[in-house]
Amino acid sequence: MEICGGQTHAIVRFGLDEILPDEITLIHGPGCPVCVTPIEMIDKAVAIASRPEVIFCSYGDMLRVPGSAQDLLTVKSAGGDVRVVYSPLDAVQLARQHPDRQVVFFAIGFETTAPANVMSVVQAQRLGLDNFSVLVSHVLVPPALHAVLGSPRNLVQGVLAAGHVCAVMGTREYEPIVAQYHTPIVVTGFEPLDILQGIYMCVRQLEEGRAELENQYARVVRPAGNPAAIAQVQQVLQTVPRKWRGIGEIPASGWALRPAYADFDADLRFQVQHVAAAEPAECLAGEVLQGHRKPPECPAFGRRCTPDSPLGAPMVSAEGACAAYYHYRRRESRDRPAEGTEPR
Amino acid sequence: MCLGIPGKVLEIHTPDGGMPMGKVEFGGIARDVCLVYLPEVVVGDWVLVHVGFALSKLDEQEAREIFSYIEQIGELAEADELAMPDELPDELPEALSPAEREGEGAA
Repeated sequence: MEICGGQTHAIVRFGLDEILPDEITLIHGPGCPVCVTPIEMIDKAVAIASRPEVIFCSYGDMLRVPGSAQDLLTVKSAGGDVRVVYSPLDAVQLARQHPDRQVVFFAIGFETTAPANVMSVVQAQRLGLDNFSVLVSHVLVPPALHAVLGSPRNLVQGVLAAGHVCAVMGTREYEPIVAQYHTPIVVTGFEPLDILQGIYMCVRQLEEGRAELENQYARVVRPAGNPAAIAQVQQVLQTVPRKWRGIGEIPASGWALRPAYADFDADLRFQVQHVAAAEPAECLAGEVLQGHRKPPECPAFGRRCTPDSPLGAPMVSAEGACAAYYHYRRRESRDRPAEGTEPR
Repeated sequence: MCLGIPGKVLEIHTPDGGMPMGKVEFGGIARDVCLVYLPEVVVGDWVLVHVGFALSKLDEQEAREIFSYIEQIGELAEADELAMPDELPDELPEALSPAEREGEGAA
């Protein structure tokens, strides 16, 4: 199983699963932060972004993720001030430029974006901005890995860990997971050759009866990660339980602002009352994210669910497995056999 | 978001606000990148950048290899425009150079 959606896209785009021997099956993991952001968070974002005084800033990917009723792009087209930013610091800059408006930044992601996201809060505090806040919804990889490997339905025998998450967090927190499940974990990069090398290292471990943590992506990842980034993240964020869209709540799997930073918490500032979230019954995102189903096996795939009218997040996100198959395996989806078995 | 982009640090400055910033070049495009998490970085270093922040230092040879890959798959355009391309080729992109393909023979 590869964890990261970026790795999934490389696999599907370059057909790595198709050139590997039949004995090796690749299962796509839940490493798409856009996909696993809980629907309640999307609904909160929509509610906040709809307020006339708010400039709502987000990474581009989040704009077309469906909420219970709307997505952020719909809010924008209805006149809401929703802006795509490349960096969280761009949102801080907007707050400086528009002291009469409330600037809110949608701080989502795995561990990779946390150092950038928290720096926006640190900067805003340093600058004494009272019109900047963040809506935080971070998710963490190790608890998700426990949920996958500890599930009675687990078939995963080797894991390609997310290279850039580990560039930040280091590799040491994966060693207890290797030990607990006796499963090889190889920290892997994102080039096709990286992924093939990571798979090779996993297979070699399995054939030698080993279960160890190895680092294929050593040119970027050090065992200690980036200590300055880790320290800053830990100062601003604390571990909380988190609902993963399509999967459910995983204990201690998210990060939220510490009480000391409550002034910058958009959730507290705007006090959005949550309406019960409703997912389309047809959407199999949860099954796809946990690696139990592949996107072409979903009856709605390519038919009632497309990037233009998605039922769920994995069809919209640049790191979503459904989007990867839709964009790179479209011929397959048109010709796929009626019984829903995966085409070769 | 997961995909980091490597670039070369052209200059380092510390504007008001107090955070070290770098002018980082990604294949001809220069962008301001925050260097607060890599205090040891100097001009000429190659760094991996996510959402405007340098998070890892790499050696130049490795960086050039990653960069040619990212260029191939058009990610640089994506990072610039923050949009999924609407039109994608029907064929898989070339993974081998013409010289390597020539040398394949009967596969």
